[in-house]
Amino acid sequence: MAVVTTTPPPAATASGDTELLISGSEACAEALALADLDVVTAYPIRPYDTVMQAIAKKIANGQLVAEYIVAEGEHSQFEVVKHASTVGARVFCGSSGVGWMYAMECLTVTPPLRVPMVCMVGNRALDDPGAFGVEHNDALVVRDLGWMLIWVDTAQEMLDTTLLAYRIAEDRRVFLPCAISADGAFLTHSQAIVQVPSRAKVDKFLPRYDRGDLLLHPDNPITVAPQANEDWVIEIRRQNNEAMGRAYTVIEEAYADFRKVFGRGPENPWFEEYMTEDADVILMGMGTISLPFKVGIRNMRAKGKKVGLIRPRWFRPFPTERMAAALQGAKAIGVIDRDYSFGSPFGSGVVANEIRAAMYNAEKRPPLLSFICGLGGREVTLEDVYKAADLCFEAASSGKSPLKTQWLGVRE
Amino acid sequence: MAHFTCEVVYRGIFQKNLAARICRGIVLSARKAGRWGIAFGRYGDSPQRNGIPAKDFAIVADTVEELEQNMARYEPKEVDVTICVDDTLAKGVESWAWYGLQPISRLTVPNGTLLMTSLQTPEHLLKDIHKKDAPYNLALISAKASFSGLWVYKEDHTEARILGALAKIQPSFLSLDAVCQAIQEAEWGSELKASSARKAFERLSSRPVKITEGNPETPYAFEMPKWWEMREGVTIPAIPVGKPMEGGKGYVPERNPYFKKYTTRTMRPVIDFDKCVKCTLCWIQCPDTCFDVTPDGLYDANMESCCGCGVCEAVCPAKDCITMVREDAFDDNASQWEMWAKDKPGYTTWLGNKIKSKEHVVRSHGFRFRGQYEEEIKQDLEQGGIEITAGIPGENAGSKQR
Repeated sequence: MAVVTTTPPPAATASGDTELLISGSEACAEALALADLDVVTAYPIRPYDTVMQAIAKKIANGQLVAEYIVAEGEHSQFEVVKHASTVGARVFCGSSGVGWMYAMECLTVTPPLRVPMVCMVGNRALDDPGAFGVEHNDALVVRDLGWMLIWVDTAQEMLDTTLLAYRIAEDRRVFLPCAISADGAFLTHSQAIVQVPSRAKVDKFLPRYDRGDLLLHPDNPITVAPQANEDWVIEIRRQNNEAMGRAYTVIEEAYADFRKVFGRGPENPWFEEYMTEDADVILMGMGTISLPFKVGIRNMRAKGKKVGLIRPRWFRPFPTERMAAALQGAKAIGVIDRDYSFGSPFGSGVVANEIRAAMYNAEKRPPLLSFICGLGGREVTLEDVYKAADLCFEAASSGKSPLKTQWLGVRE
Repeated sequence: MAHFTCEVVYRGIFQKNLAARICRGIVLSARKAGRWGIAFGRYGDSPQRNGIPAKDFAIVADTVEELEQNMARYEPKEVDVTICVDDTLAKGVESWAWYGLQPISRLTVPNGTLLMTSLQTPEHLLKDIHKKDAPYNLALISAKASFSGLWVYKEDHTEARILGALAKIQPSFLSLDAVCQAIQEAEWGSELKASSARKAFERLSSRPVKITEGNPETPYAFEMPKWWEMREGVTIPAIPVGKPMEGGKGYVPERNPYFKKYTTRTMRPVIDFDKCVKCTLCWIQCPDTCFDVTPDGLYDANMESCCGCGVCEAVCPAKDCITMVREDAFDDNASQWEMWAKDKPGYTTWLGNKIKSKEHVVRSHGFRFRGQYEEEIKQDLEQGGIEITAGIPGENAGSKQR
């Protein structure tokens, strides 16, 4: 059968990488082809569906040989890859918003079964109201269950992180699922210049998935997921906790290796620091929210205001000590959540309260202000950034934290 | 300050409502003297399945604080009275999740009481009950096991008899008057059940059991692994394939060494090997892979693995080849085929005795014909010494047909 190639063959750059103008979702699909994915399941929901379309195209174009299974819903979608992974297949799956919720039962069983599934969550507001804009509550719902969670900012970071996610999740010391969060529209639908590495480099970085003694195969007869009573469950949870604990080392190792093989990538896997060395005020936020913040910070710096940004990447496992240490020098901290947690302490978003918890045993606890902003994909304006920073400067001079969470960019 | 703790060991589903009623009765009776109490089942033996050994508990105490003192654990570690409402449980209790085999009197305190409903003699029961390293009393209520179903309860007064017997065993906690008062309140003032309790109080027979008495077998045990010794990913090794029996012939499947599940059995298949036509149906249909294939091509039900479901009897096409017989007719799990192969005339006599006894082949659970319930109730109540003058509770037996 003749294959119609829609994209002209890209030109190779000096580093051996090829340069493509692609969206965050397409960057994910590029990484999946490089990782020689075995099984992928699909069920459409915006904005995740851009990934499944990109993978389908790769398979149709002969750039990837993989089982592509269209499920009848997200529940089956995640179950199918779970089972494929137990027989040794490298798998990919993904969803958004309420689709991710519909898969909830499968999402809970994946970590105890130690299935190193890699997923993309195209972050989307949960219904109701039915909406397509970004909120982080969908992915955050699994934060306590043993999923590794990471938020990315750019299409390049999406490609690199997808390769890293397989390397980390499929490490025998870890064997936990990993969900990569991408802000709906801002990342999933925005095309940017991306360096795509060669397959040879990826092969050097990413070993084959070896399920070892947990492989479901006639030569390794095992029963997976028998019923257990109260004499067994807490031991199984303890095993999960240890695996998550070991992920810290594995993540550090993987990023170091990534830099060696690909010649790029952050030295600090856990969070991005922008102009924080001398910052009086440090603002924090996950995902593409970093863009208005970086611009706003540059503008404020021009007026002599020392503001910096920390953009957390890894939310699970959470880099407790390292995060607390990075915040020690600030006179005030402002955490901006693109999520909500109604009735939580101080009415804060999820990230703000995690940072509060991480700081509790720190030597210095600068005033911490929490903000909720950009829900449902609402634009985060430079005015929002200035307002957050100004409130932080006020707290820095008074030394007191206003406890009430501020909502920014709401019509009032 | 004093407290009193009971466990009721029962057959899952079949006696679920009976066990709950006994434990409620204990607490409500003790309440008559102003005591505090709690009646509860623990989920350890759930999901409850037909016949699987399960437990309910009742604790009563003088004060709320003392009650809490004894409740602040998953389940009691020792009990003053172990109540066993099916005498086939005398062979031991195996939970559904890898505890090994627990002797029926494991939780009974030294000099405590094991109270059972049974038609067997104490001497016969002690062939089954494992030896205990402390003396205790074996108290018997003459009655057969009261079996019903998930939603229903058999109105044969077993719970009233148990409560009457407890008034004899622990009068300081449950006086007979308090027990009768509590029963009457639960029965809308009816005197009928209270009189069953009084009869049981009068008739209760009891005998001390010495540490030298009982089944000398060591019950199989299972040590639970540490978290780091367990396989990851909620995986367990599968049961490997089986082996030929002897001389490369026959076939014995491997079985789960940690969960033998035979204490679920209230009846077992007895096989007349001379009538077997080797059709393989019992072997194939058995849901627990309990049949060993013998070198001569016969099928021997392994009694460490059989849970007594009766499917083999139902599918067997040969007349009188497989017969389900009540478990109390047996003292061990010996291979029937080995007995038959060694001494065929002897086996024929043994088999005849087992299947000819009406007492032994009557079904332990379930109802086969209309009116069977009422018929059994009448017999059970007469056994308990109660004369029915005002009709039988429940449906009208007269209008039912065989």
